[in-house]
Amino acid sequence: MIHYIIRRFLYAFPLLMGVNILTFVLFFIVNSPDDMARMQLGQKHVTEQAVSNWKQQHGYDEPLLWNANAQGKEKITRTIFYQKSVGLFLFRFGVSDSGRNIGADIQERMWPSLALALPTLCVGLLVDISFALMMVLFRGSYLEHAGIVLCVILMSISSLFYIIGGQFFIAKLLRLVPISGYDDGLAAIKFLILPVLIGVFSGVGSGARWYRTLFLEEVEKDYVRTARAKGLTETQTLFRHVLRNALIPILTGVVVILPLLFMGSLIMESFFSIPGLGSYTIDAINSQDFAIVRAMVFLGSVLYVIGLLLTDISYTLVDPRVRLS
Amino acid sequence: MKIPTCKVLLLLTVILTACDVSQLNNPYTGDEGKRSILYQSFSERPKHFDPAVAYSENEYAFIAQIYEPPFQYHYLKRPYQLTPLAATKMPEIIYLNKQGEKLGEEAKDSDIVYTDYVIDIQPGIQYQPHPALAKNSQGEYLYHHLTQAQIRPLKTLNDLKSTGSRELTAEDYVHQIKRLAHPKMQSPIAEVMKNYIVGFEEFSKQVADKQKHEIKNIPMSGVEAINRYQYRIRIKGKYPQFIYWLAMTFFSPMPWEADVFYDQAGMSDKNITLDWFPIGTGPYLLAENNPNRRMILLKNPLFHLERYPSEGEPEDKQNGLLTDAGKQLPFIDKVVFMLEKETIPYWTKFLQGYYDASGIASDSFDQAIQFTGSGGVALTDSMKKRGIQLQTQVETSIFYMGFNMLDPTVGGNSERGRKLRQAIAIAVDYEEYISIFRNGRGVAAQGVIPPGIYGYAEGKDGINPYSYDWINDKARRKKIEAARQLMAEAGYPYGIDPKTKEALILYFDTTSVSIDDRPTMNWYRKQFEKLGIKLVIRATDYNRFQEKMRAGNEQIFVWGWNVDYPDPENLFFLLYGANSKVKHGGENAVNYENPEFDRLFEQMRNMDDGEQRYQIIQQLQEIARHDAPWIFGFNPKNFSLFHSWYSNLKPNLMANNRLKYTRIDTSARTEKRLAWNYPIFWPLALAALLFVLMLIPAIRAYRRRARETLQ
Repeated sequence: MIHYIIRRFLYAFPLLMGVNILTFVLFFIVNSPDDMARMQLGQKHVTEQAVSNWKQQHGYDEPLLWNANAQGKEKITRTIFYQKSVGLFLFRFGVSDSGRNIGADIQERMWPSLALALPTLCVGLLVDISFALMMVLFRGSYLEHAGIVLCVILMSISSLFYIIGGQFFIAKLLRLVPISGYDDGLAAIKFLILPVLIGVFSGVGSGARWYRTLFLEEVEKDYVRTARAKGLTETQTLFRHVLRNALIPILTGVVVILPLLFMGSLIMESFFSIPGLGSYTIDAINSQDFAIVRAMVFLGSVLYVIGLLLTDISYTLVDPRVRLS
Repeated sequence: MKIPTCKVLLLLTVILTACDVSQLNNPYTGDEGKRSILYQSFSERPKHFDPAVAYSENEYAFIAQIYEPPFQYHYLKRPYQLTPLAATKMPEIIYLNKQGEKLGEEAKDSDIVYTDYVIDIQPGIQYQPHPALAKNSQGEYLYHHLTQAQIRPLKTLNDLKSTGSRELTAEDYVHQIKRLAHPKMQSPIAEVMKNYIVGFEEFSKQVADKQKHEIKNIPMSGVEAINRYQYRIRIKGKYPQFIYWLAMTFFSPMPWEADVFYDQAGMSDKNITLDWFPIGTGPYLLAENNPNRRMILLKNPLFHLERYPSEGEPEDKQNGLLTDAGKQLPFIDKVVFMLEKETIPYWTKFLQGYYDASGIASDSFDQAIQFTGSGGVALTDSMKKRGIQLQTQVETSIFYMGFNMLDPTVGGNSERGRKLRQAIAIAVDYEEYISIFRNGRGVAAQGVIPPGIYGYAEGKDGINPYSYDWINDKARRKKIEAARQLMAEAGYPYGIDPKTKEALILYFDTTSVSIDDRPTMNWYRKQFEKLGIKLVIRATDYNRFQEKMRAGNEQIFVWGWNVDYPDPENLFFLLYGANSKVKHGGENAVNYENPEFDRLFEQMRNMDDGEQRYQIIQQLQEIARHDAPWIFGFNPKNFSLFHSWYSNLKPNLMANNRLKYTRIDTSARTEKRLAWNYPIFWPLALAALLFVLMLIPAIRAYRRRARETLQ
């Protein structure tokens, strides 16, 4: 297992390098260092000299990928790509183009993202699984049909509608929670109730249908028939046997997204003014802050690689038949 | 251990009665007590708080309350006029010849080689308490030699517990001007100032390889502290507008200790920089800097004595704006700025009383504003019922449609090009644009100068006679037939290009690429279609658009300008030949060049306000209207809403340090908030009941199924 993990980490290096190159190329196809300088310097009194100064101060005065004027290995090392990429692999994200330390910002902003994403995931799982089990329990009846119709309706509505509708109904009309904002510690709870509720509600349709499919697949298996034959009630069969066996795909599906919870939700954070990493990335894209965009894409890739690795490991934990080699 | 049921019930009762459910939606925590707290919002994270760098409105909203340049705009008097802030009086202005000899006030412009601004500052002004100024009992700075071990645990500036202060000196103003020149500062006005301040450029080169804290003892020839409370700035030639720069935060004082403190290795890794933790002498200090969520300004406990103005315009007294005359500033103890990116929550919080003031987004405009029969604007009944106050003001900005004068079709000084531009200026109906796309928030511009700036003429004298007629005491846009006639005279009868024998094709370069911009672009097309011209929209991102502008590859575009200071020079320079974008990289985006215009501009810019200057301004307006390098678009009108508890409200587009004049009636606010925000629970109870009712058939079905399984 240890060998497998090490090998997977080594595989990750070329993958991350590839992601880094791709981000770099895509970003600089759209924005030149001059564009970045002008964006940061504002619109008034921007002279060529000011642009040139900015590029020099921020290390964007070198060639992008290949320095033909340099000697030896400096042809590669004295380039924007090299200068800006090496630190990433050591998790040194450097300074944003507006002058803030990115590492410090990420450390600060990942907690609000997590505070929103983790309860949404946990409560969402609980609600989705319960709803799916109910539909399976009443399969073939009008209750299941009603449940499926409800799921399709919930799936068909845009998440933006849930956000705006939720804000309007619960925060504006009923005045039960603040419409947006965030606070530290336990004071954050009142700000998180509504986005978590909306996050859960908007995911029920697709989640419950997906889990229902998993459960339906399980209930047709021989062991379930055996359980019924033993005289177990439908509830006992579902909760003791079906749920436990269906947990394998559920667990692996959840584990893969766990690390990405740090990355935050772009829309939710923006609408609810939650200072997480999702809004951090969006702001950086809007202000053409390449340093932040690059750091966030890199971090996302690393977390995704970790997520996939954790999924593989979780397989071995929940299914003894699986061995990593 | 078994806990008695009665104890649990008692505990629950205590908890429930302790909960205040009257304002569950209150986004603020903590007791306000008797303090006067103002709640505002910001939508975009400010990038800089260093006064040498900050140049945008969202940055000024904070730093203008913290830093004090020598001068400020009078809060009440109009037209805008400067008044001392940290200075004791307006500066002594001395003209000098080439030999450095003093000239009289009536000296010819050509004789004036230098101008000295001698500024006296008030003694006794103290800096806000700040760790950079903290000293130990031996008088040594506590935090100027921090080790890495001391810096490592720091998360914010407030983690350094000791603070200190010292008196403001003239040397601090000199130090700040040196900082403006330092290449590492990247000050946006450095390139402008090197053309004016003597020794600025040389100093910039001299300190290029030095750290910011190392410039303290390196002199700049044009700037010096004469004594502890007096300093002198020497500028090249005569530049009367320089005084306005001295009212901007760029020229605020900066103690050298701040640079030494913040330049320590490791501080920037913690985001502890001068760009994020300012140090000023103003009425407020930045107590919390979390641009991701919240910014808090607190009253500076060491703020010097400044009083509310006791004179203003005649109607100010009647409007209650002089009630606080002579009282000590500021009135607000704490200002909380919350990050609010979306308009819906922002508007809702304003209506709930959690923000004290608000702008009006397009989607809430109809909810707030209604048009009266006479074409005026008023608050809707629901707003009036809440006691909300409306304040409108035409901004000192202009949005114009520009023609690239280097373009062979729409540009040039030929009669053909001029008539084509004049025809388009009539056809593009900006009154309609303002009505459709801006909810009436703007006025069609008649010239380069917006209202409120010296030289703006009202009434018949102020209209653009090439696009408007004066009918029934109102400016009326000329009929489209007049434009078609001009088209024919220009050689494009019915919009037909004689070269192709087809409709003339013109190109409109824009950054409006989103689907939301489509109606606006269609509107522009229709305006040109009135003349038979086919308008091709070339939408591109902002970077490519700027590239086109720099290279002069655009034909028609829309651009805007917000004045830096209330002087016509800051507007006419946008058409000055020496500022053309393609040739000189300046702000003359249309690349307009007219020797007569340039001559008059050069004459006007150095003059003091007076009849002669006014007449020259009118001549400049006339040339710009005649040559029509711009279609004068519109001057935006700002609509702001304020709750009834907000007082001392007077629009002042030049002063950014308005917070100190603001007063809040906190008890009225508390009362209204309570009345507006009591939660409604019955729909929750109804939903719970419905849920239970829905469960009944499910339970029945389950029981039936369980019985069937057993059978």
